[in-house]
Amino acid sequence: MPAALKQFTDTYLMWNEGYLIWISDILIALTSIGIVATLTYFKKWKWLWKEWLTSVDHKRIGIMYLIAALLMMFRGGADAMLLRTQLASPNSHFLTAEHYDQIFTTHGTIMILFMAMPMIFAMFNIVVPLQIGARDVAFPYLNAISFWLFFFGAMLFNISFVFGGSPDAGWVSYPPLTELGFDKGPGENFYLLSLQISGIGSIATGINFLATILKMRAPGMKLMRMPLFTWSVVAASIVIIFAFPALTIALALLMLDRIVGTHFFTMLHGGDPMMFVNLFWIWGHPEVYIVVLPAFGVFSEVVATFARKRIFGYTSMVASLLLISVISYFVWAHHFFTMGAGADVNTFFAVASMMVAIPTGVKVFNWLFTMFRGRISFELPMLWTLAFVPNFIIGGATGVMLAVAPADYQYHNSYFLIAHFHQVLIAGPVFGLIAGMYFWWPKMFGFKLDEKIGRIAFWLFNIGFYVCFMPQYALGFKGMQRRMYTYPAGMGWHTLNLISTIGAYIMGLGFLFIVVQIVYSIKYGERDLTGDPWNGRTLEWSLPSPAPHYNFAVIPTVTDRDMLWVMKQEGREGELRRINPDAIADIHMPKNSGRPFLMGLAFFVAGFGFVFNWYVLAVIGLVGVALTMILRAFEWDDEYHILAEEVREVEAALGRL
Amino acid sequence: MSTSTDKLTQGNGPSHAKHRSGQYVLGYLLSLVLTAISFALALTHAMHVAPLMIVMTILAGFQIVVQLFFFMHVTEGDGPPYHSLALILGLIFTFAIALMSVWIMGFGSQVS
Ligand code: HEM
Repeated sequence: MPAALKQFTDTYLMWNEGYLIWISDILIALTSIGIVATLTYFKKWKWLWKEWLTSVDHKRIGIMYLIAALLMMFRGGADAMLLRTQLASPNSHFLTAEHYDQIFTTHGTIMILFMAMPMIFAMFNIVVPLQIGARDVAFPYLNAISFWLFFFGAMLFNISFVFGGSPDAGWVSYPPLTELGFDKGPGENFYLLSLQISGIGSIATGINFLATILKMRAPGMKLMRMPLFTWSVVAASIVIIFAFPALTIALALLMLDRIVGTHFFTMLHGGDPMMFVNLFWIWGHPEVYIVVLPAFGVFSEVVATFARKRIFGYTSMVASLLLISVISYFVWAHHFFTMGAGADVNTFFAVASMMVAIPTGVKVFNWLFTMFRGRISFELPMLWTLAFVPNFIIGGATGVMLAVAPADYQYHNSYFLIAHFHQVLIAGPVFGLIAGMYFWWPKMFGFKLDEKIGRIAFWLFNIGFYVCFMPQYALGFKGMQRRMYTYPAGMGWHTLNLISTIGAYIMGLGFLFIVVQIVYSIKYGERDLTGDPWNGRTLEWSLPSPAPHYNFAVIPTVTDRDMLWVMKQEGREGELRRINPDAIADIHMPKNSGRPFLMGLAFFVAGFGFVFNWYVLAVIGLVGVALTMILRAFEWDDEYHILAEEVREVEAALGRL
Repeated sequence: MSTSTDKLTQGNGPSHAKHRSGQYVLGYLLSLVLTAISFALALTHAMHVAPLMIVMTILAGFQIVVQLFFFMHVTEGDGPPYHSLALILGLIFTFAIALMSVWIMGFGSQVS
């Protein structure tokens, strides 16, 4: 190999690092070839572009978020399996220290920002407009931009694995370790830029959904008549809008430190690394509420539906959602009690942290009271909801233990913490979003996911969870620290670690069963012909599955909470399901556009340029971003009408006239 | 709001027609001037650090006001005043976070 080429492959492709990279390269190449070949063979390129990549339809965007999130869950899960494999036995050399660092960093970042976030956005998009009786979100074009910024941000992050090197300073990326002097590689830049790009998209999504819910509800749907999932989106959007700017600032300042040579977070010249920690957690703590609040919303819908009862304590549910979203801003310092800010600071934040348990407890009791004397049926969404309750309670209790500031000096950064946050993150967002996925899957695709395979997946995942994470509490007490790539034999940690790894494999198997379930159900899943497979309560179940492009032929007038359910009780649900042809008018819709996709691509190019300090590329990318914005500013003709006649035809074909 | 006509173009009512471009230009100039003043003050070390920080904070406050009035039209709008609520909430969060950060990070003066 010529020297220049070898230089290139070693620096950028890291081919000198061994077989893990080679295997990944080959797999990525094969997958890409496979996708391109399939699309070409079935002549689907045009379809892909016209129907999906340029779509501004919230339902399509939601589905794309969901697919991306599942793929990212696979990547993050594969990372987790590698980490656990390394820790299964003492003195293991499966991974080197550097690789271990990179993998826990990508695992954590991907799971939170590129798995949990798109998963909640998938639910926002798929459910909210249908639940509030709207035809789309307030800003459909912006919605598409949000998606493509997330998508290309995630791409930028993932490509670091095979091009340039992954970030390796943890998902929190604390300086001074992440300052240029200690971390030269492009990995850290990948982290900063990809989070920045997808973060812009997240803020836009928060604004978009808050505006949608406040402004576009069907007539008669007062705020206190909104379904609880929609309420949870309000709460989460508020948190997104006010928390994400802190991350943007923290990342931007750190990037300036690295690229321009400022001294915001350096040790010398007046910088203060702890200021980054402070800023990061001003966002970071609210962030975990951003991902858990929509899960709470899902549980509320699922519990009411499968217990066949109105949710217990609706008003207190709303109040506790909003309370959680406010309190979540005032607890952030509990992530760095050990910084030594003093007893007064630690006391305040300890008490604030414990207070979160109160509204959360209210919610748990309300779910339990809703189930009490309900006619519960144990379908998949309900199973995951039931499993959430004990799981989250243990996670919450260990959280209160961690919130006791003096005790946290013992638990801090130990496996006790690892077990705690996995327990709340998995029981909350992951269980919640899987429950939501099962629940609304028929609404998205028109068929149910297979119950039998789903049950196997459920039990594997749940048993695996406890086997994996319960031993880690004990490991924490025995002194095992997080982010250790290996440990000596005599510490008494081996057995527990081995058990934990076995549990992780069981969970991995559970995930594979979910994949099998999806693939199987595409062909054999029970078709949903009624549009209401679960005997639902809210407006989305009055529509056919999948909902037509314009959602509601005629926007319904809402007179009650749980509108559909109330009408079913009164035998009037036909009013929602049978449309009066004369009431149908022309429908105004936004046109599809390729520009959001291109804008995401331009951001990707710019980000890539900054990662390697290739400024020509960066400028090209930024020019692309500016161009797409200018073109949008001069676009006049971005809407069209679906004629009433067409709507009537579609509705007639669906048998709804 | 009639039920069956379009739901996507609400808010494009007549109230939007009255924004003249002059307003935007004025706002833009004002924000540029404010930015220029703070940069000039910082780069020329015109004052001691403590008063400088106060002046800059005040300038930043003006900047926010300019943005809100000239670009975001806080004073207009139909329907319930959600935006005022959001602004108040934002103010509370901003002050709480800023002041609490000062409090938390104050430990530095004791350590170093
Ligand atoms: C199959 C399930 C999972 C397993 C087996 C697993 C395992 C692990 C392991 C072994 C670590 C590294 C611990 C260390 O050495 O410090 C880790 C870290 C982490 N995990 Fe997971 N994990 C799983 C799922 C998740 C999920 C669903 C999330 C988030 C939604 C998540 C978020 C994180 C975060 C934020 C870190 C910290 C990374 C860092 O130290 O910077 N994990 N996980």
